[in-house]
Amino acid sequence: MGLLILAAEAAPTGPMSVSDANWFLANAWLIPLLPALSFAAILAFGKRMPRRGSELGLVAVGASFLLAVAAAVAWVAHHGAHETAPAVHRSVSWLVSGGVRYDAGILVDGLSVMMLVVVTAVSLLVHVYSTDYVAGDARYTHFFAFLSLFTAAMLFFVLSDNLLQMIVGWELVGVCSFVLIGHWWEAKANSDAALKAFLTNRVGDVGLLVGMSILFFAAGGAFDTLTVNSRIVAGEVSHTALVAASACLLAAVMSKSGQFVLHTWLPDAMAGPTPVSALIHAATMVVAGIFMVARLYPVFWDGMAIASSSVNLLALVGAVTLLFGGLLAFTQNDIKKVLAYSTVSQLGYMVMALGVGAWTAAMFHLFTHAFFKACLFLGSGSVSHAAGGFDMKKNMGGLRRAMPHTYRTFLVATVALMGLPPLAGFWSKDEILAGTGGWGLLGGTGGNGAYTAMLLMGLAGAAVTAAYMTRVIYLTFFGRYRGEGHPHESGPRIVVPLYALAAMAVVAGLFNMPAGFQLWPEAAQERFGHYVEPVAAYFPPIGHATPSWSLAVVSTLVALGGAAAAYRYYFVKVRARSRAEGQSLTELPDGPTAANKLARAGHRVLADKYYFDHLYTGIVAGGVKGPAAKAAYWTNQKVIDAVVDGAGRSAVAAGRAVYDRLDQGVIDNVIIDGAGRVSDSAGESLRGMQTGKVQQYAAILFAAAAVLAGVFIVVVSL
Amino acid sequence: MLLNQFLLLGAVLFCIGVYGVLARRNGVLVLMSVEIILNSVNINLVAFGALNDDVGGAVFALFVIAVAAAEVGIGLAIVLLMYRNRRSIDLSEADMLKG
Repeated sequence: MGLLILAAEAAPTGPMSVSDANWFLANAWLIPLLPALSFAAILAFGKRMPRRGSELGLVAVGASFLLAVAAAVAWVAHHGAHETAPAVHRSVSWLVSGGVRYDAGILVDGLSVMMLVVVTAVSLLVHVYSTDYVAGDARYTHFFAFLSLFTAAMLFFVLSDNLLQMIVGWELVGVCSFVLIGHWWEAKANSDAALKAFLTNRVGDVGLLVGMSILFFAAGGAFDTLTVNSRIVAGEVSHTALVAASACLLAAVMSKSGQFVLHTWLPDAMAGPTPVSALIHAATMVVAGIFMVARLYPVFWDGMAIASSSVNLLALVGAVTLLFGGLLAFTQNDIKKVLAYSTVSQLGYMVMALGVGAWTAAMFHLFTHAFFKACLFLGSGSVSHAAGGFDMKKNMGGLRRAMPHTYRTFLVATVALMGLPPLAGFWSKDEILAGTGGWGLLGGTGGNGAYTAMLLMGLAGAAVTAAYMTRVIYLTFFGRYRGEGHPHESGPRIVVPLYALAAMAVVAGLFNMPAGFQLWPEAAQERFGHYVEPVAAYFPPIGHATPSWSLAVVSTLVALGGAAAAYRYYFVKVRARSRAEGQSLTELPDGPTAANKLARAGHRVLADKYYFDHLYTGIVAGGVKGPAAKAAYWTNQKVIDAVVDGAGRSAVAAGRAVYDRLDQGVIDNVIIDGAGRVSDSAGESLRGMQTGKVQQYAAILFAAAAVLAGVFIVVVSL
Repeated sequence: MLLNQFLLLGAVLFCIGVYGVLARRNGVLVLMSVEIILNSVNINLVAFGALNDDVGGAVFALFVIAVAAAEVGIGLAIVLLMYRNRRSIDLSEADMLKG
């Protein structure tokens, strides 16, 4: 894309002419270009470099990060204190066909600048981390090449200025995800997981293609995001088309962002190396769906009727996901799978926030979540690196002494994820809860309609989150070591990124202090929302909720309650029992799941992941050959056959009568036999032509062509 | 520019090619004759393209050359297989498809 712009002249078509814009904003296309070049360079001669190509990736992503930060600073300066700032839009014609222009370009506004910073920052830290974590791997160079390609693809996606380019970026990140999940493809489970991720995403991709096509036609034949969005906001696009388009795009969001019913690939995707999980399956790629909704928000705003309802499909999918995904995290023993379900659940928060119209809250949660979840994943990688496995019950326990740095950063990120003040997760999650507008009774108001059900599910999700993270902390870092290795702290290239991310998990919340917050200078409140949320013709007029102290206190108490319940079980009961029995227990042998039938049933449902995997592989896929086939066979035998038999018997009787007269007499003798005789004699006479000699055929061909040419000349000259 | 010269050359080459295809017994020579036919067509395409000052003729000729390369690849493979199976590439003997 970048090369295209380099080669062709830039045509300013956006609301802001390029020459006016800051250099860093106008040339943001450099940011994806650099990692793309490094991908090619690593593939070409990475193996011959002293550090086998990793330095190329590091330099490219580092430079991209600096450019992204410069772009962010430039955007802040460009926006200033103005209520609104025009987006910087640059595009070149890719091709023109059938009167439709296909452009390639960049759209730089607060949203894309924020995503640029998040993607490059996490990617840079993951690069640094990987130089240690993947060291000694047979496909070390290959790994860094695809890390670069992924970074380029994701940046390309967030900068895209039109629907087609979005689809391209969307598919590119999907391919990189597939390649990196299957990085260790020698193990069947890993390549299966990669395939599962890819195929599950194809389901949603169909929705994406159909939805984008509907949008293109509904918006009067435009691919340009700004044009499409502006036309929708101006009310020029039919509501019915938008309902259909938003429903189709929702399918894409469900697959890419791991929303409920299509989330099953995400936990399996943990088969990939841990840095990949941190970068792709926690911080960046899985938020592509969220980003797409945010970018095309008018479509959903109108199509889902967000402004004027108390429940809609988008909010419902998000709310169900955040609650049920969080519950699933309880029963997993693999630390990465717990984090994966946690990611599913947090993505649910973002989708729900978008569904209730809390756009800024969703983006802010995306921003903070990227840092603390990446920190958690990298921390889990550090732990497993030392402990020799990912199973919390078999490989871990008591690691806080052996790995103090990992423990501290993990704990900070955990508290941020639980949503306890004053860490980042608290501010973003609280904003989402306030944004539901369901807190009308106790002072918090505004928002877009009263999504009380969403608020309650969000609160329940907060308690669940706090509880399962307490469990992770206990099983990993407390008790006694249950593995067989000699755990030790990881090296600086692993620990430094952890500290960087943990620092962000602490301070990221400060970027968007709620408006009217008495403890924070007024000039520095809601800075994130001010710079990121567009106030423009291409963005719907969303309502903003007023944050309230009462909700903040209640949500904190709910999270603390969840944490306290888990704390009481693990840190008090399990620990006391472990001491008494002199071993490192992970569960009480006579705990609630053993004592209570209902609890045991619930645990089984969760441990089997609501049977979704069984549903997909066993029933949907296996059904064709399995039980559904049997059912079809029975239907065939008893129902259809009976009808067929009845019809057959009556037909036989009728047929016999017809046979004797019509068939034998007229048809057989005259028509059938006659046709046979004619074709037989014709074949006999034509047989002579089939000599089998190629040159004879060629002679006939040329003769025929000459005759046809003669006829042609005569006809033309007439 | 006299178009006639090129058209005549094309026509002569075409006729030579047709004669080769029809009269030769050797499979390889038949294939070569087919190439001559194709190239005579190319001459026509380029000539008309030059006359009308249109690059399309040359482009078309390039396509024909590419396709001819593919065609001769397959043709030679067939001749080779024929030789392996029958120890002969005489086309007049290859008449197993006789009806």
